[in-house]
Amino acid sequence: MRLEILNSGYRPGTKLLFALIRLFSRQPVPDAAKLVFYRPDFYGARAKKFTHEAMRGPSAWSVADRELMAAYVSTVNESAFCIGAHHATARLACQDGARVAAVLADLESAPIGEPLRATLRMLGKLTAEGKLGAGDMREVLSVGVSPAQVKDALAVCAAFNTINRLADAFGFEVLSPEGFDAGAKYLLKRGYR
Amino acid sequence: MAQGQSTGTVWRCVVCDGVPVVVMMGGMVERWEGMCRVVLTDDQKRAAFRALQERIVTGEGRASREQRARAFSHTGLPQPLDGLLGKVATSPTQVTDADFAAARAAGLGEDELFELVVCAAVGLSARLYDAGLAALAGAVAGEEDG
Repeated sequence: MRLEILNSGYRPGTKLLFALIRLFSRQPVPDAAKLVFYRPDFYGARAKKFTHEAMRGPSAWSVADRELMAAYVSTVNESAFCIGAHHATARLACQDGARVAAVLADLESAPIGEPLRATLRMLGKLTAEGKLGAGDMREVLSVGVSPAQVKDALAVCAAFNTINRLADAFGFEVLSPEGFDAGAKYLLKRGYR
Repeated sequence: MAQGQSTGTVWRCVVCDGVPVVVMMGGMVERWEGMCRVVLTDDQKRAAFRALQERIVTGEGRASREQRARAFSHTGLPQPLDGLLGKVATSPTQVTDADFAAARAAGLGEDELFELVVCAAVGLSARLYDAGLAALAGAVAGEEDG
């Protein structure tokens, strides 16, 4: 990573934890995981709590839907690490790699329900343009998405716009497909805490 | 909430977020209040985001609170910090080693840079979150796009 403190500035106990993760997973510790261990009182502890709440907290959206939103926002932001990580997680959560690939390749023709399509379209516009009008949101509500679901989707959008930016600014190392698959299994089993 | 009865019709002045919005009658009132509660109330997710935002901007840090607030809102930043944090906010894939080198050469330490980059990333996300929630409130209130 571009800051040396994020490569080697961890406490001895944290370094030992990283070594154990490497030993048991046989994969490098993803930079996204390292980041939240650096001075966790400043960023990591609250960031994990918010991201877990957005991705695994109570919602009418399934975990698979929310992972797909994370992958979609990351794709709009062209964030290489997060595309790899959340493409793998969405694929595992949906149990349907073709469906995930179709959404990320062409949202309008992908085989998904209109509420999810309209929500992803709205998140994509907000992420790419930084603004939305009431009319954009009416289109989402008109296909049966509730205001509470819109708010939940906006939380996923905020979480991943943050993580995408940190991944690209700090220079997270893009993992192998096996590394991303191992991370996806962890995220589906344990979440973001 | 003001309420009363006139020529046999029950009416209420609906108040949303402290602002009287509209006079409604009958069952419309309950429906509107439910929508307002969903749209304007901080849910757990929003509260968790606010806790993150408040910690990084106003809590203890190596960079000054003023610097962190400027990084968060992306206003009034000196060069070369403005260049680095502008990219974090608007084109993060364009950030380079040279951007960090220039910030270090200007006297910023690694921990200061860590904090300021985090503030810039969370700040941009906060503006997106706010814009989305404002659009939702507008849609529920029946606003036209400006």
